[in-house]
Amino acid sequence: MGILLELHDTDDQEVQSPSVELSKIAVSSAHGEDSPYFSGWKAYDENPYHEIHNPSGVIQMGLAENQVSFDLVEEYLEKHSEKALFGKKTNSGFRDNALFQDYHGLLSFRKAMASFMEQIRGGRAKFEPTRIVLTAGATAANELLTFILANPGDALLIPTPYYPGFDRDLRWRTGVNIVPIHCESSNNFAITPEALEAAYETARGLNLRVAGVLITNPSNPLGATIQRKVLNEILNFVVEKNIHLISDEIYSGSVFSSSEFVSMAEILEDRKYKNNEKERVHIVYSLSKDLGLPGFRVGTIYSYNDKVVTTARRMSSFTLISSQTQHLLACMLSDEKFVEKYIRINRERLKRRYEMIVNGLREAGIECLKGNAGLFCWMNLGPFLEDPTMESELEIWKLIVNEVKLNISPGSSCHCSEPGWFRVCFANMSENTLEVALKRIRDFVDKMEWKRGGRKPISGNGAGDCKPN
Amino acid sequence: MEIELSKVAVSSAHGEDSPYFAGWKAYDENPYDEVHNPSGIIQMGLAENQVSFDMVEEYLEEHSEQALLGKKNKRSSFRENALFQDYHGLLSFRKAMASFMEQIRGGKAKFNPERIVLTAGVTAANELLTFILTNPGDALLVPTPYYPGLDRDLRWRTGAKIIPIHCESSNGYQVTPKTMEVAYQNAQSMNMKVRGVLITNPSNPLGVTIPRSTLEEIFNFVIQKNIHLVSDEIYSGSVFSSSDFVSIAEILVSKNYKEAERVHIVYSLSKDLGLPGFRVGTIYSYNDKVVTIARRMSSFSLISSQTQHLLACMLLDENFTEKYIRVNRERLLKRQQLMVNGLREYGIECLEGNACLFSWMNLSPFLEEPTMESELVLWNSIVNEVKLNISPGSSCHCVEPGWFRICFANMSEKTLEVALERIGDFILKRRANK
Repeated sequence: MGILLELHDTDDQEVQSPSVELSKIAVSSAHGEDSPYFSGWKAYDENPYHEIHNPSGVIQMGLAENQVSFDLVEEYLEKHSEKALFGKKTNSGFRDNALFQDYHGLLSFRKAMASFMEQIRGGRAKFEPTRIVLTAGATAANELLTFILANPGDALLIPTPYYPGFDRDLRWRTGVNIVPIHCESSNNFAITPEALEAAYETARGLNLRVAGVLITNPSNPLGATIQRKVLNEILNFVVEKNIHLISDEIYSGSVFSSSEFVSMAEILEDRKYKNNEKERVHIVYSLSKDLGLPGFRVGTIYSYNDKVVTTARRMSSFTLISSQTQHLLACMLSDEKFVEKYIRINRERLKRRYEMIVNGLREAGIECLKGNAGLFCWMNLGPFLEDPTMESELEIWKLIVNEVKLNISPGSSCHCSEPGWFRVCFANMSENTLEVALKRIRDFVDKMEWKRGGRKPISGNGAGDCKPN
Repeated sequence: MEIELSKVAVSSAHGEDSPYFAGWKAYDENPYDEVHNPSGIIQMGLAENQVSFDMVEEYLEEHSEQALLGKKNKRSSFRENALFQDYHGLLSFRKAMASFMEQIRGGKAKFNPERIVLTAGVTAANELLTFILTNPGDALLVPTPYYPGLDRDLRWRTGAKIIPIHCESSNGYQVTPKTMEVAYQNAQSMNMKVRGVLITNPSNPLGVTIPRSTLEEIFNFVIQKNIHLVSDEIYSGSVFSSSDFVSIAEILVSKNYKEAERVHIVYSLSKDLGLPGFRVGTIYSYNDKVVTIARRMSSFSLISSQTQHLLACMLLDENFTEKYIRVNRERLLKRQQLMVNGLREYGIECLEGNACLFSWMNLSPFLEEPTMESELVLWNSIVNEVKLNISPGSSCHCVEPGWFRICFANMSEKTLEVALERIGDFILKRRANK
């Protein structure tokens, strides 16, 4: 996201106040940019932290980017530049590639993606290249699936808290509604059969046809994997209601310990790919988070439903991945040595960053949800709120953005039903910068305590039970 | 019971049941290859530009370091590039696109990089504009014959309708105020709100530029009805003679940009530069709100930053672009002449074209009857017996049967000669049978 630039007209162009109508979608606010999630970004854009040039600027901790493992990618590309960038027989390889606009996507790239997804899951599930549909990012994949699985006015059930971008991605152009499956800190925000049922009934009460459930596993913003038992319950639920299940596994390669991630693919495998189960399951993946390549726009839909694969493939015409990029990444991701090393080291580094931030926050008297994945932690500032309300949460958030000068994401922008939680990213900056951020937080907490007369909140008190790490 | 999918999913508006695609399937199953399959089907239904690729390759070889990894410290610029997902797009690339579009128009119109919105191809750009300009059930007026893909791009997910502005060979398929009014009334009588007119200039499948006077009439019409005008200028760099092309941008200049806020230009590098795989499209709108919304909406269809960077370098190099534009035009003209003259030798005439990668061929004298059914019968013979995939006019919604779009730039000259020979044999056989 960047600053909304002002349009400077050239001398000749005079833009009149528009009198010609735009569509309802065009004037709707479902693009989501009025949410605090984005206004924090604006504050950052206007005063970005820089170690040397602007050390008192706003530190961006609201952007879930992975910058900790980039050197591994750069190293690979340097060693393999000829092959990766031009293709083996330079000229004709480039030409064929530049002409290739087949919505099936490069076979070599689909094989590479399938293989990469298998390696991430430790071989516990297999992926067929023919079921891989390519899209320009997971943003496109999620919207595309919504067009295919739901009619305008239908509802998708989504566990809260969830990634703020879903409000736009799943609803804006599709006309589909999101009905939240409310999750609570009392059980670490795990999705329960009761919560699923309650959401379903809410939708029905609003006369909305429920088209499916969408989960993010590992969860954004919680930074935690979904347990096997819960995944089975969710699958049972969607089978019972005869609806779809989208599993956005965009952070699957960023689980700190390889044994802790259970993919929906594994659940299907365990349950022997029963027809009436697999036909409703669709997995979304992307290289934006695990590989740190959001600019390249690489997303994929993996569906076990043949009709969905065919339709999604056709629809991907609106959002194809540059063949140049497919080629580059096919080379890299088919290199099993590179992939094995990358996945392993990336996990280690993310884990180390996570521990650094969680311990640093704990020193300041702040607890986080016990996380095991992702590029962020779910921090509990409940104890510091004036009142256990969303208004108080936004008050403290404004303080943090404007005075502490950290852009973090308030739980309310993620539709969290409990006030006081914040998503704090840790992988999009250097360790030095993270230290600076932690120091600012410690100072802030000290100041707040002084204001309250020295009372330091006890671990475990406050809004919701959060398990100590 | 099989699990349900949406109405959009099960609709046939994806368009693949059209003959336009059936011919492609036949080709896919038996593709011509000079060496390995000389009796296979020659693909003449694919509007790709392969005649000027050597210039792109030459440029990239000379500038590989810079273009592919970034000028200075390779590592950090690659990293920045790979992280860059700002929907504004790389400024350098927007400047490059604006500059390229200006050069194509011989500097007769200026383009402001701030109005350039990037999308993954024109397929995405046209759909995106439709989402912004129309509500489901609203109509866009489109002159026939038109590119078959528009049926999917403008209608599938948007729910918008296309009402044709029927054009005829009697006046060179020109759009007229009368035919536009008829289409408008037609939409109204079906209770559809007309939101805009979409033209392709130069035209696909006609291969001709729209004359200035016609553009002015179209512009007056949309002002009178207070609706939008989308001008798809994807083939603007493929007009054989630079002076022949008049962009809607130039019309706006001549009117001092009055009423410009209803005009939106679509462009892409897929045809002029022959890079369809790279997915580079753009919307250029004179309407601030449309620019802002389109930019946000482009999140669903961004161009790979890697590709933006590569092309920014190339398109900012004015030496390269001047040469490319000039030589590309010359070669396309040569190819077109080769094909048109070749066809004429067999008594087949084409609409007099001055642009694009295809000709609009008239086979109506060879129809059993002047009907669409006859056209499809003839087309079937051409695909299956003559072994050429060409696009029947009916798939382009042409009201007159017997016209076909035939591409000439997606093959070698040799292959084109083979194709012409096959046509010749076919015609001679037909005449003999009669």
